[in-house]
Amino acid sequence: MATELAPTGSAPIRDERDIVQARALVRTLTAQLKFSLVEQTKMITAASELARNTMVYGRGGEMRWEIVAEGIRRGLRLHFEDQGPGIPDVEQALVDGWTTGSGLGMGLSGTKRLVNDFAIRTKVGEGTCVSITRWK
Amino acid sequence: MRRENQRLADLLRDDQANLLSGWAAEYHKYAEGRGLTRDLQAQQTSILRELEAGIRADGNADNFNDPAWRVLREVLAQLSTDRAAQGETADVTSGFVLALKRPIFDGLQRQTGGAIEGQIDVIWLTSAVVDRMAQWTVANYQKTREDIIVRQQHELMELSTPVIKLWDGVLAVPLIGTLDSSRAQMVMESLLERLVETGSELAIIDITGVPTVDTLVAQHLMKTVTAIRLMGAESIISGIRPQIAQTIVHLGIDLQGIVTKSTLADALRTAMRMTGHTVARAAS
Amino acid sequence: MERIPILRMGKHLLVTIQIDMQDQTALQLQEDLATMVDKSGANGVLIDVSALEMVDSFIGRMLVSISDIGRLLGATTVVVGIRPAVAITLVELGLSLGGVKTALNVERGMALLDANRTI
Repeated sequence: MATELAPTGSAPIRDERDIVQARALVRTLTAQLKFSLVEQTKMITAASELARNTMVYGRGGEMRWEIVAEGIRRGLRLHFEDQGPGIPDVEQALVDGWTTGSGLGMGLSGTKRLVNDFAIRTKVGEGTCVSITRWK
Repeated sequence: MRRENQRLADLLRDDQANLLSGWAAEYHKYAEGRGLTRDLQAQQTSILRELEAGIRADGNADNFNDPAWRVLREVLAQLSTDRAAQGETADVTSGFVLALKRPIFDGLQRQTGGAIEGQIDVIWLTSAVVDRMAQWTVANYQKTREDIIVRQQHELMELSTPVIKLWDGVLAVPLIGTLDSSRAQMVMESLLERLVETGSELAIIDITGVPTVDTLVAQHLMKTVTAIRLMGAESIISGIRPQIAQTIVHLGIDLQGIVTKSTLADALRTAMRMTGHTVARAAS
Repeated sequence: MERIPILRMGKHLLVTIQIDMQDQTALQLQEDLATMVDKSGANGVLIDVSALEMVDSFIGRMLVSISDIGRLLGATTVVVGIRPAVAITLVELGLSLGGVKTALNVERGMALLDANRTI
């Protein structure tokens, strides 16, 4: 039984088990905020994608969450942060998705469509932070 | 703390009773003769309190987003949300906030026995801050109204996109009106749910009632068809009028092998065949 | 790490995914299926994902791989039970799982596999 989670928190993303854990956390949080089933699924899937990126490309990092409010509406914001190599060409990464050749890449363009707000801060040699938000 | 802030803060602290009654009287003029409800009276007190706190924290009108004004902003946001939800108009709501100016000016006059010299700074501070408060209140009010409208539109959309079971294993969705992304989402959700519920193998999406089909609409249709396919069912798009057919070709939209028909009747005929039904007229 | 069990049902193999899989588990499944298809000479693989509340790009790619590998080994793969919310999310992500046969449920999936056998 999941107990109610605090409005902010963080979880490490170091290995595969952490990705599963991240999904479970987001499931609990979105259920807590009473998102519809489709909204929950989209957010959990987005979290899974970004958590994997953090592990694979960012060489590990963390996921931070916060329940946000803007006037009358509430939402869930997730930050996926790592101190990895950073993304050299963000524009390109946002366009490619899975359409390039071997079809791997970071899938950021697809993930962006699953959420309402998407922001990415990255610096080569310093790390990356991807923030996503879904509003109720 | 700046001198004018000090003066205003002290006034707000020391002259509460007069400010409150003066404010109520001024509101009466702004609000077409209405008096203060108990809600508004309670709001008055918290607004004065948080305004004083913001002034004491050296807040100024140039930057209303400053942390000094944070709690006041929250109180005003709550005020506008409440007012909007209760169907109060924007001008009466902002009028309530603006009505605070006069009693403060009166209070300042009482303090100095009517002398105007040296007052300009504190008068300006008052006027500018109350103006910003009113602006902020109206912005939030509008946001609340928008949210209510969006929710109502959503409910209306749900009512206007029925999924119909045409035959065993055949569902149909007659789309009427523009197909934007939220509508498309809704259609997808209802259609897929019904697919599961009825165990249908085929969905007919009729676009006779959709006025224009551009690349965006085509994308929505394609997403819907793909989702239907993922659930093991097939789709037919019907209602492709000659004009729409031309637009699709001109725009170079590739419908990727989706079966299309010009009428719902043709679509039904095809659907029956695809699901292994034969339709025959009874011998007379 | 959990291993997803593979059942034999006549000439078909049946896989029911009921847990939130780690990436390794998915890769292991892919490997196990390839081995089993080869060993059993099965000509059909049915993957039941009706218990999955989420299918992300990794699992999506796994399903495509299983289908492609199966085809090379002479077996048809059918994925059944994709939930509406999952289908909508996959489509939004841009994953259409092209080349993967799908069916509403196990029953329909089996019928599809049997129908394919006669080719």
